[in-house]
Amino acid sequence: MRILLIDDSRTMRNIEKGILAQIGYTDVEEAVDGQDALSKVDAVNPGLILVDWNMPNMDGLSFVKAYRGMGNRTPVIMVTTESEKSRVVEAIKAGVNNYVVKPFTPETLSQRLLETIAKSKAA
Amino acid sequence: MDAAYINPFIDATQRVFRSMLDLDVATGTPAMCRSLPQFDVSGIIGMSGDVIGCVVLSLPLTVARPVVGRLLGTEVSHTCEDFADAVGELVNMISGAAKAQFDGKEVSISCPSIIIGRGHHVARPSNTVCVSIPCEVYCGSFSVDLAIRPIAGPAEKPAPA
Repeated sequence: MRILLIDDSRTMRNIEKGILAQIGYTDVEEAVDGQDALSKVDAVNPGLILVDWNMPNMDGLSFVKAYRGMGNRTPVIMVTTESEKSRVVEAIKAGVNNYVVKPFTPETLSQRLLETIAKSKAA
Repeated sequence: MDAAYINPFIDATQRVFRSMLDLDVATGTPAMCRSLPQFDVSGIIGMSGDVIGCVVLSLPLTVARPVVGRLLGTEVSHTCEDFADAVGELVNMISGAAKAQFDGKEVSISCPSIIIGRGHHVARPSNTVCVSIPCEVYCGSFSVDLAIRPIAGPAEKPAPA
């Protein structure tokens, strides 16, 4: 499965890539913000997307709204510092499938990744 | 500054270092400071909404290098782009985790800015006092410096875009 990581921080993308590799997912593409991701999704055709919320140019929430608006159903995990309940609800309403709050332990992110992948396979 | 705006940063700093770096942070008593920041490397986040001001993660290079090295999995020079990116991600996570504990306040945070250089100065927003939270890790001391305050009332809130 190809996974698209969207985060303006290369540090965070590398951390996420390392955790994905530990659970056997090495086919990873990267985008630096929502706009960059929208320009890549057709070519990348991801099976899973991890997206940050706060990014320049286009934030993660706007990306999810635009991506779902195009009719895409690929599961999306929001990985963000935004942990207020109102933000989580806003993200879920926009079409996010799972939510991980930064800071996270490798175990937490792995668990959310695996549960999201399992759900999408079962659907 | 109200402890309700200081304690969340102590908790958030400890959680970020524990989760992301596997490091324990000992914190001292927060104290007023005359200017920002305390050390050579500043990761700066702006706050807007019901609480305004700025947060500075301030580290001496001797602490920043090993801390960033732990986050990146390899030690890098402070002139490398990844060094600034990693400091930015740390202050982003600290600020995000702290603002979630501001009871009933709607607060947005900016993308981080990084300044590296001895003796630099970060101007604080008007009508704010500076509070510095002293922090200690295995490789030395750093601080989380706050110059934030709740807005005085609706008149201070910017009109929606």
